[in-house]
Amino acid sequence: MTAGNVFFAVCSIAALVGAMCTVLAKNPIRGAMGLLLTIVGIAGLFLKLNAQFLSAIQLIVYAGAVVVLFVFVIMLLGPDAGANKGDREPSAKLARLLAGGLMAVVSVVTLVLVLRTAGAPQRFGHVSDQHGSVEAVGQQLFTKAVVPFELATALLIVAVVGAIAVARSRHQVRKEKQSPSPTRRFFHGPLHPRDAGRPLTGEEL
Amino acid sequence: MNILGNVVEHYVLLSAVLFTIGAIGFLVRRNVLTQLMSIELMLNAVNLTLVAFNRRYIGDMNGQVFSFFIIAVAAAEAAVGLAIVLSFYRLKQTVFSDEADQLRH
Repeated sequence: MTAGNVFFAVCSIAALVGAMCTVLAKNPIRGAMGLLLTIVGIAGLFLKLNAQFLSAIQLIVYAGAVVVLFVFVIMLLGPDAGANKGDREPSAKLARLLAGGLMAVVSVVTLVLVLRTAGAPQRFGHVSDQHGSVEAVGQQLFTKAVVPFELATALLIVAVVGAIAVARSRHQVRKEKQSPSPTRRFFHGPLHPRDAGRPLTGEEL
Repeated sequence: MNILGNVVEHYVLLSAVLFTIGAIGFLVRRNVLTQLMSIELMLNAVNLTLVAFNRRYIGDMNGQVFSFFIIAVAAAEAAVGLAIVLSFYRLKQTVFSDEADQLRH
C-alpha cells in the first residue's frame, strides 16, 4: 500500500459518494455540493494520471464556474428549486423507475460480461514529467487542434449570448415601456378621472 | 494491492460506475436542476476515461486535448441549460420536467 494507492482510493470514493449525493439529494443545494465533491475527486484522479493541466482546468471551470452557476440558479429560484409536487400521472413514477432500473441492469450485465473476458491488467509504464504538462497540452492545442480550439471559442461566445437572450426577462422590458418615468407620468397623465382610460396625445396638450 | 490505481482498468471501471449513476439520475429524477447535474456527472465520467486511456500512450496528448474540448462544451451546455431552466421557471413557476408539456397540448 503506497501513498499513490491511498490517493486513488480516497479520490475514487469521494467521486462515488459525491455522485450518489448528486443523484439522491432531495435538496438541489446538497446535489450541487455532491457534484463539487465528485469534481474534486476526479481532479485528484487526473493528477494521479499525470494530467496536471486538465486537473487545474477541471477545478477552475467545473468547481469554479459550473457549480457556482448551479448554486446561483438554485439560490435565485429559492425554495421552489426543491419543492416536490406529486406525479401528475400515476404511471409516470413507474415509467421513470423502470427506465432507471433497466439502465442499471444493462450496465451491470455489460460490466460483468466485460470483466469476465478481460485479460490480465497491464501496469502503467513510466512517463516523463512533460506528459500532461501545460507546455505539452498547449503545444498540441495550438498546432494540431488549432481549428477545433477556435471553434470552441466561437461556441462559448454563442453560448453566452444565447444564455443571456434566453434568460433575459421579456416581461420587464414590456413593463418599462408601459410605465414611463415618474416625471413623465406627472405631467402627461390624466388630469381628470373621466380621462383615466384614455391616453393623452401631444396635440391635446 | 500495489496495483490499485496503477492500471487503466480501475479508472475505466470507476468511470463506468459514475456514468451509470449519472444516467440513472437523469432518467429517474424530475428536477431539471438535478438532471443537468447528472449530465455533468456523465461528461466527467467520459473525461476520466479519455485521460485514463491517454496515460497509456506516452508522448501523445490527443486524449487530454479531447477532454479539454469536452470541458469547454460542458461549460457552454451548463450556461445554456440553466438559462433555459430560468426561462421555464418564469413560464411555469416550477422546475419539474414533467410540467414542460407545452408541445403536447
